[in-house]
Amino acid sequence: MKSAIILCPGINRERDMALALEAVTGHPPTIVWHTETALPKVDLVVVPGGFSYGDYLRCGAIAARSPIMADIHAKSLKGLKILGVCNGFQIITEAGLLPGALVRNAGLRFVCREVKLKVENASTWFTSRMTQGQVITCPVAHGEGNYICDAETLKRLEGEGRVVFRYAEGTNPNGAMNDIAGIVNEKGNVIGMMPHPENMIEPIHGKQDCRPLFESLLAA
Amino acid sequence: MKAKIKVTLKSGVLDPQGKAIEGALGSLGFAGVNGVRQGKYFEIDLAETDRTKAEAQVKAMCDKLIANTVIENYVIELQ
Repeated sequence: MKSAIILCPGINRERDMALALEAVTGHPPTIVWHTETALPKVDLVVVPGGFSYGDYLRCGAIAARSPIMADIHAKSLKGLKILGVCNGFQIITEAGLLPGALVRNAGLRFVCREVKLKVENASTWFTSRMTQGQVITCPVAHGEGNYICDAETLKRLEGEGRVVFRYAEGTNPNGAMNDIAGIVNEKGNVIGMMPHPENMIEPIHGKQDCRPLFESLLAA
Repeated sequence: MKAKIKVTLKSGVLDPQGKAIEGALGSLGFAGVNGVRQGKYFEIDLAETDRTKAEAQVKAMCDKLIANTVIENYVIELQ
């Protein structure tokens, strides 16, 4: 499992993501600067969290128009696995790789705490080591994680099992529709999620609830 | 030529910032505020002098970057 992490100005979680990927897969990911125009030969591309371009215009809007995104688009159509976490979720959604949008938290506050996540779809390449309905603890840290989409899209996401993670036990931190925390595209190769699984994989993190997500990559 | 662009949230999209402003207006004693919607305003200086071409250019800018048409509408005014 070889991976690459996309880096652009204002991203700050790339190191946590790199450590998590290396700890579980054994391969250090390649860091790809946003001005590159071609991805290296990898099995997975991760767009990590942070505050790309200071969240100017809309969260992820400017990073979503980076030169590297053209190749990410092209390879996504060929089935390349793409994971967007937090700002990365906002970026790939702004880029049109996932439907809907992420807007200001309903409570208007930046929320940094642990939430309970229910795995709604355990058959994706990032959740195959989990069980359907399993509830795990995962940290969130965002001000604009309120997932919205039109009624038709919501119906499709729910009907096709494309809600991968849902905030459980009344822990929805942002007002997201149907407590949606993470979704997958129609083809099944692009996953976006607001919580930070890379920060819950080692004993020092307090819990290792999210390690099986990364272990799922080994089977993918 | 100058383009003035107003970007607003679509009517069905919840606007928590607008709600907060509405609440603040109420606490300042402004009665009769039925609702507040917040938006964005842009001014773009264009080298283009042909109105039709400028309009097409600004529309493309809005669709590609200035607005997220999943959640926002935009109105262009050219001067």
